[in-house]
Amino acid sequence: MKVLAIASAGGHWVQLLRLIPAFEEQSIIFVSTNKNFSESVAGHEFYCVPDGNRWNKVKLMYTGLCVALVIFKVWPTTIITTGAAPGLMGIIVGRLIGAKTIWIDSIANVERMSMSGRIALWVAHKCYTQWPHLANNKVIFNGNVL
Amino acid sequence: MIFVTIGTQGPFDRLIKAVDQAAAMFNDRIIAQVSTGSSYKPKNMETSEFMPLAEFNTHFAEARLIISHAGMGTIISALVLNKPILVLPRLSKFKEQRNDHQWATAKELEKLKYIHTAYDEEELQQKMGDLLSGDLAPLHQIGAFASPRLINAINQELR
Repeated sequence: MKVLAIASAGGHWVQLLRLIPAFEEQSIIFVSTNKNFSESVAGHEFYCVPDGNRWNKVKLMYTGLCVALVIFKVWPTTIITTGAAPGLMGIIVGRLIGAKTIWIDSIANVERMSMSGRIALWVAHKCYTQWPHLANNKVIFNGNVL
Repeated sequence: MIFVTIGTQGPFDRLIKAVDQAAAMFNDRIIAQVSTGSSYKPKNMETSEFMPLAEFNTHFAEARLIISHAGMGTIISALVLNKPILVLPRLSKFKEQRNDHQWATAKELEKLKYIHTAYDEEELQQKMGDLLSGDLAPLHQIGAFASPRLINAINQELR
């Protein structure tokens, strides 16, 4: 199994790193939006992509393109992300190449799933929330990053 | 030393100004990671717009109190390092964030007794005073990784 783990800089990345024990036994490749983060995953393949959000469509498309290029190069069997926009792009491109896709909504989204998460719900194979009250027949709660 | 951090989503002048105004009342050295584009110039604390990660981590580890926005990255770091943390959520009405999810995060983690919270500048200054003159014991500590339950669930997904 070749797992591509994607998260934007900041809280999303901090949360992704807390899942590392779950990636044991797998070949894991990381993607984030700050090139200095390669240091925090030393020993692993790491790619940096530009950040984007839904408020700037041109930048978002560029983010999507860069994420797609990484995915075509790595050709992972699974894509897992803790958000945000680059992770959603990863989920969409992941579906195109037949990878298993897993969205983990940030623990910061307490009242409702994030906008990206609500889109991922339609695309990803599995969608996790970190709050029990947000779980339903499509969204899984099974613990959190704390 | 008190370390103030506002994350990377742009200026958060309400927080910086409130801490700066209160700073005169305390003997602690205050170091703040701030953002470019801020219109407030602090007088009573040391600030840095471009703080290298190593320096950020050093200040974070040395501080006896962390004051920050309600960003999960900062909150998780404080809980892992067993640091008391006081947060002020960024609000959309002041254009500090595009939505008010930080408010909800703060409320929920306050309920769990993980963090100290303030919801406006006045409360921030008051809580700052209470904490610095009283008990600064951290409220909650977490380990280096996610809950075993989530680790297990994700591990199963990858098999």
